[in-house]
Amino acid sequence: MSYFRAENLSLHFGGLKAVDAVSFAVEKGEILSIIGPNGAGKSSIFNLISRIYRPTAGRIFFEDQDITEVPAYGIARLGIARTFQNIELFENASVISNLLVGRHRHSATQLWQEVLFLPSVRSAEKDHRRRVEQVIEFLDLEPHRDKLISGLPYGVRKVIELARALCTEPRLILLDEPSSGLNVEETDDMSFWIQDMKSELGITVVMVEHDMSLVNRVSDRVIALNYGRVLAMGTPAEVQRHPDVVAAYLGT
Amino acid sequence: MRFLFKTDYDDDIRLLPHSGYVFSYGTLLVLLLIAPYVLSSYLMSQLVFVCIYATVGVALLILTGFTGQASLGHAAFLAIGAYTATYLQQFGVPFVVYFLAAGLFAGIVGAIVGFPALRLQGIYLVIATISFAFIVEEILARWESVTHGNEGMRVKTLQLFGAAVPRDSPAFFFLCLAVLILTIVGTLNLLRSPTGRAFVAIRDSETAARSMGINVSLYKVKSFAISAGITGLAGCLFAHKLSFISPEMFTLQLSIEFIIVILIGGTFSLHGAVLGAIFIVMIDPFLTYLKDDVPGMIGSLATAFSMGSERAGHIQDSVAAFASANGLKGAIYGVIIVLFVLFEPLGLYGRWLKIKLFFQLFPLYKRATFKRQKLYVKSERNR
Repeated sequence: MSYFRAENLSLHFGGLKAVDAVSFAVEKGEILSIIGPNGAGKSSIFNLISRIYRPTAGRIFFEDQDITEVPAYGIARLGIARTFQNIELFENASVISNLLVGRHRHSATQLWQEVLFLPSVRSAEKDHRRRVEQVIEFLDLEPHRDKLISGLPYGVRKVIELARALCTEPRLILLDEPSSGLNVEETDDMSFWIQDMKSELGITVVMVEHDMSLVNRVSDRVIALNYGRVLAMGTPAEVQRHPDVVAAYLGT
Repeated sequence: MRFLFKTDYDDDIRLLPHSGYVFSYGTLLVLLLIAPYVLSSYLMSQLVFVCIYATVGVALLILTGFTGQASLGHAAFLAIGAYTATYLQQFGVPFVVYFLAAGLFAGIVGAIVGFPALRLQGIYLVIATISFAFIVEEILARWESVTHGNEGMRVKTLQLFGAAVPRDSPAFFFLCLAVLILTIVGTLNLLRSPTGRAFVAIRDSETAARSMGINVSLYKVKSFAISAGITGLAGCLFAHKLSFISPEMFTLQLSIEFIIVILIGGTFSLHGAVLGAIFIVMIDPFLTYLKDDVPGMIGSLATAFSMGSERAGHIQDSVAAFASANGLKGAIYGVIIVLFVLFEPLGLYGRWLKIKLFFQLFPLYKRATFKRQKLYVKSERNR
């Protein structure tokens, strides 16, 4: 059995088939990239996995459990975290509190305890803070710790979003275009972090990406999509040579 | 300027980050404790209203400021608290019990209102809460066996631990102040723990909140319940302060006043609720002053500029007519809201912060620090 598995996943908006019977599997500890032209259905697949959309048909399995009917907030509790293509940070909060929201699934304190701020809440808070600090150190975010998101540049926000996803301590992470809007150096940093996430933290990574150099550097396997269908699957080199993929990108 | 050197995670959690806070809030507390023995009874009465309005302001901040769910129905929660307390008081229920019952009942109603609100956003939610407020007002007027309809209900003097606490006594002020302070501390505690962060997360991006494992519906209902519950507690005090309640006291205008409290005070910090409450409560004395003193003043000014007594009297009359015109209060509220939204969106507390920073950074202050930035496009379609 695979670690993560999508079977015949479909998403139809009326007559438009954004995702059409896509099946793929992810093995534990691998980095899988999903590539494809604009509108191929890459982000839609992520939105299906994180239950922002409800699949028209098909099932999703994670760690041998059917998660197709799990509510959106339950996905994170299972250990699947994600980032967004257009950055969905909590704009009017500081970096620290953004990252602490990532710790939400690990908090077990009751409302009345929090209102009184009992010692148990305080020690839980300090524990969350300690974990967040580890992530800050991992992603070199120390200079931005106390700043408001609304004052930070795009590249930093991108990293903070990754940090917030890591704060949930996921076992599977979905990265939606991690390098979009980043310059060459920032993209390099991102590629190292993605590899570190796999080797140091043992996180399985699925990412949607357009930057082929990044895909080639980090991916173990690549899936190419077009018009909601799988064109090719395999190592980065195999997929890039596949005639259908070449046709999809360059035209016939 | 003061630089805090943090050596412990407690430094981030502390409510009073350094000795300066302890000093200024301590001084404020001492001043408030001696206020009843120094200030006139009229000002004391206004100060009690400030406490009650500020409590409602804090409640509304939790819902609107931090969870991002607008409400124009908080007068209804206040009414529910006030009527629950008054109704229970008739049967000799002790204060502590009916005070808590008022908050609990308003909180339960708030949770029930919160459920339909889960599917509504922005302006639609505002309309839903307004309709809720109208429904409550109508029930209060029609359910005569319990509420005595439009005749209203008389509220008996508050009895606390066997002693009478009249509504204009220092003890009543201390009670209101204590409720306000406990509400503020409880809210601050909530805001620095997971629930408060979940509220802020829902305000800024529901999609992201969901993907972080936050049960958005549950937390919205919680926010509604907490906000309504605190407003219910304030309603109990409100009833005691007025000593008489009737449905026409809890109109849409009161709900709008509560919105003005947080809009003018500043929606991003609890300071805003207190500053806004001071502002809104002090508009009344200002209007009285406008009605009673300003026409005479302008009249005598006109005489002084040798306009002839007949013409001066004419000017005085027209100013008086303007100052006592119906709906002047509403018009002033409208103008104030427009001016604040346009020129001071951060509210009075924002202005205070700017003045403070100006002196801290002198002479290096730059106006751009607080300039609103263009935000990056967020995907609304995933809502």
